[in-house]
Amino acid sequence: MTNTLHRYGDERSLKDDYIVFAIPSRGYNDANSVPKLQEFLRLAVKHKPVNLGDGSHGALFRPNKRLTPLAHWFRREKYSHEKVINGVKNPTTVAAVFNNKQAVEAFVEDLRKANLGLSINISALIDKAQECCQDIGLPRHSVEYSLRFMGKTDYLAEARVLELSTMCGHGMISFNFARKMLDWVKGGRRSPEQASEYLSRFCTCGVYNPCRAVEILQQAQKGH
Amino acid sequence: MRIDPHKCVACGNCLPICPVGAIYIDPAIGRATVNQDQCVECFTCFRGMSTESLNPTMVRSIRKILGFLRIRFDPEPDVCPTSAITPQELEWPRVVRRAFSDPLVPHESTGIHGRGTEEVKTNDVTNRVREGEAGFTVEFGRPTIGARFHEIEQMTRALAGEGLAFEEKNPVTHLMTDRSQGLIREDILNERVLSAIVEFKTTLDRVPELLRKIRAVASTLETVVLVGVSTRCDASGDSPLEEILQREGFPFNRGKTNLGLGQAVHQVH
Repeated sequence: MTNTLHRYGDERSLKDDYIVFAIPSRGYNDANSVPKLQEFLRLAVKHKPVNLGDGSHGALFRPNKRLTPLAHWFRREKYSHEKVINGVKNPTTVAAVFNNKQAVEAFVEDLRKANLGLSINISALIDKAQECCQDIGLPRHSVEYSLRFMGKTDYLAEARVLELSTMCGHGMISFNFARKMLDWVKGGRRSPEQASEYLSRFCTCGVYNPCRAVEILQQAQKGH
Repeated sequence: MRIDPHKCVACGNCLPICPVGAIYIDPAIGRATVNQDQCVECFTCFRGMSTESLNPTMVRSIRKILGFLRIRFDPEPDVCPTSAITPQELEWPRVVRRAFSDPLVPHESTGIHGRGTEEVKTNDVTNRVREGEAGFTVEFGRPTIGARFHEIEQMTRALAGEGLAFEEKNPVTHLMTDRSQGLIREDILNERVLSAIVEFKTTLDRVPELLRKIRAVASTLETVVLVGVSTRCDASGDSPLEEILQREGFPFNRGKTNLGLGQAVHQVH
């Protein structure tokens, strides 16, 4: 699962995009890992993540299977942090998304003190993640680099659509839906915040960054 | 996946939701329909869309009246008003599509959700990629382009020709009939998935030649390929791979950094 690795964008677009996730290793430390995964999420909440999720059960933003027609005027479907935390029932990957480096550093410092024993990763710009490690005096253990697209790149969408779509690495946010949201925001049919929520609901594991999506949509709104 | 024609009101909301563009309004019946050859069974439409359970006849009537009056209703874009999207029982080999496309379905071979393995994310615990080694993840079809296994096999055959051993715990490896030749079982070669990942590791000195090889093979495929390369850092946290990638002209800006906080409780043999 490389669901956060290949997020598209230049340094400017990705500078405030950080995913910190915890993952138990099957057979090594997954037994009795559920309380530790929940503790990871509880510690994350202290630092005001913009999204939070569990790879098996869902994120802060989720679809609702029992809408009434009133939903077209009054709709609010953001789950509470507690609901996400209590939803962790089995060993899985849990993630918290942040939009600033200070929060990430403070969170990682807390994780170090908590000594959960789970593997902790930061998915972000390589330089920014390295700065986090240096600032808190934690040498990097391993690094995975995302290289650029190869193959039939003609099939890819335009840059802004790619930025919105690739924030869900599982491919749950289609080019067409991202493009539709860009068009709706440009056309004044929805605000960037509303469009960002629609997009976020399709990311099942909570790694979508709704704040970055708002920024991208705001740029589109201004005709950039 | 299928869309129940008795329930569908052809609102078109699900069309842009489909990652691979497999849903269309069939002009013959005036209902949304799934192109079964294109559909990768990712369940995005079924799971991701919110639903109402309105009466289809009533919704169609209202839509007809509004349409006749040239009045456009501005509905929520992620809602199926009549819960018309219906999963079907999947049989072999079609079940492979869902295993690789729906992130909420764990692979039996790896026990984790998604298409790959734990890769370097748990390297602090497993020590899978050691100093002087490089781990590769070669992903096909991402983002939302999709890939068929016969395309993936072109790459696995080429990589097998380089004498590489594929990652044992990877789902694609489990579908190979001959790992030494990179052959994937014939009955799934035409199956289409949202994406699939091939994994292997090698020594750092082979990274440039293998990246060039992957790029050459990727240029012959009808899909997009994304590569992740990983390594173990030294004691001070420096990565020798960075200099190799820069020198060889493989630009990067993003990645995953394992902080080394994991500890093994049980040792698997």
